[in-house]
Amino acid sequence: MIWLASIILLSALAGLWRMSHSPTIADRLLGLQMLSTTGIAFLLLLAHWQNNAVWRDVALVLALLAAVVTVALVQMLRRRT
Amino acid sequence: MRPPPGTVQAKETSPVSLELLPDLILTLLLLIMAWGALYAPQRADAMTLFIAFGIVVALIWARLDAPDLALAEAAIGAGLTGVLLMHAARELPGELHQTNRTATYWGALAFAVVASLMFLAHLLYDDSLMSAGLLDAETDMTPRLRTLADAAVPESGVEHPVTAVLLNFRAWDTLLELLVLLFALSGLRQLFRDGQSSENRATSQWPESLALMSAWARVLAPLLVVTGGYLLWRGSSEPGGAFQAGSLLAAAAVILRLTGLLPPLRWSSVLLRLSVVAGALFFLVVAAATAIWGDGWLVYPVAYNGLLIITIEAIATLSIAITLSLLVIGEREDLRT
Amino acid sequence: MISTVLFFAGWAFMLAGCMFFVTAALGLLRFPDLFSRLHAVTKIDTLGLGLMALGLALLDPSWRSCLMLMLVWVLVMASGAVNCQLLARFNLEQEEAQSDEAATRHRPGKGDKPRVS
Repeated sequence: MIWLASIILLSALAGLWRMSHSPTIADRLLGLQMLSTTGIAFLLLLAHWQNNAVWRDVALVLALLAAVVTVALVQMLRRRT
Repeated sequence: MRPPPGTVQAKETSPVSLELLPDLILTLLLLIMAWGALYAPQRADAMTLFIAFGIVVALIWARLDAPDLALAEAAIGAGLTGVLLMHAARELPGELHQTNRTATYWGALAFAVVASLMFLAHLLYDDSLMSAGLLDAETDMTPRLRTLADAAVPESGVEHPVTAVLLNFRAWDTLLELLVLLFALSGLRQLFRDGQSSENRATSQWPESLALMSAWARVLAPLLVVTGGYLLWRGSSEPGGAFQAGSLLAAAAVILRLTGLLPPLRWSSVLLRLSVVAGALFFLVVAAATAIWGDGWLVYPVAYNGLLIITIEAIATLSIAITLSLLVIGEREDLRT
Repeated sequence: MISTVLFFAGWAFMLAGCMFFVTAALGLLRFPDLFSRLHAVTKIDTLGLGLMALGLALLDPSWRSCLMLMLVWVLVMASGAVNCQLLARFNLEQEEAQSDEAATRHRPGKGDKPRVS
């Protein structure tokens, strides 16, 4: 369980490197999406590891908010038409 | 695996165990995100990294066994605050693509390196220093206050200790927090430039949303509202509560407004202004009532404990939701014109 | 007997999910274009999460946890698909706007109509 958690966090770290060395703003939003998916996976693992169901609820809230944040940021960064 | 809640013994096992590996990676992620949020070359990137920072902090709260904080951080710290920052930057032309470097770059780097080295030394050498007698071992760290609080929870009207503390034992603090939100709101009002030119007002609408966005907002908003209600209801026995539920409702309002499905939230609307004040006002009324006719300021009568707490939380949720929505997507207009 | 099957199947799914996470990071690092990187993150990461959720559901088969796991997975899948589309279109818009600006800058005398940006 610990190894799984570490592996997904490390892959998030690797992805972040790529995210920061890219030209467009869409890449940053992409990195945000990846980090939130990794975070949700981490929380689900934590729920099983510590046998505590509340972390699944935190994962749900994180999933909802990540969706909202992506839509909101895209809408705010678009040029006004 | 974990010691029973309520007691903390002196550490006998080595603190450096394999369980720390995900924590170390999280700490590394945290430092990188914090660095990026401050020193990314473009401000838009810095703000996105700030949101990522918020997500990592929520994960760290999870590892520190604080589910209420993790919920609040995921909802408010990562989500709404990031959107608020982006909105603020958007209003200032050219802000988004400005370079972000400041003079404190090397100072911050030096501080980060020194702090990490100190922490690493604490992690690795405290045990050997303790066994050599140079450092006093920490014995019985159970805080006395926590024992008292845990003993008093069954009479507080709710079962979850965090809610009991927030809304019963330290209800005064929560009341002040609601007032702080009100102050933040009125402070924001002061920042609107007076006499917004007419072209600014004409283009204050959001860009035409793609059909996909509106459809997705229509799916997400009810989910957010239901989850918010669930968190509010569950706040009495499990992690949840008014702030988390209110921020989810605010997120629903934000996403509906941004895709054009909700009319503009104008500060001049009496209904909105009333609901913003309602939470703090009801709390104050309860406090005054308990002070005048009861046992003291915010000492709830034992028979109505649970009912009072739930009512206060429900009204506070509405207030917090509308306050946060106004903060993030309220119309930037001047009431005097 | 059933419990050992569930145990091994659960761990197998979780390991597979973890592999997909690593693959997504690899794709993110190696793909040349934003649009392909979008696919790497939104599709493969989500699949990894789904397999992990399936594995966790097999390891802990109570009603409440399985329901929450399924809910989280469906939400992440849907948001991944939608975000992929949104980010791709957003990037396309940005690229078109940038090439429009570059084009109008190269022809200073011609364009009377200012580009709305």
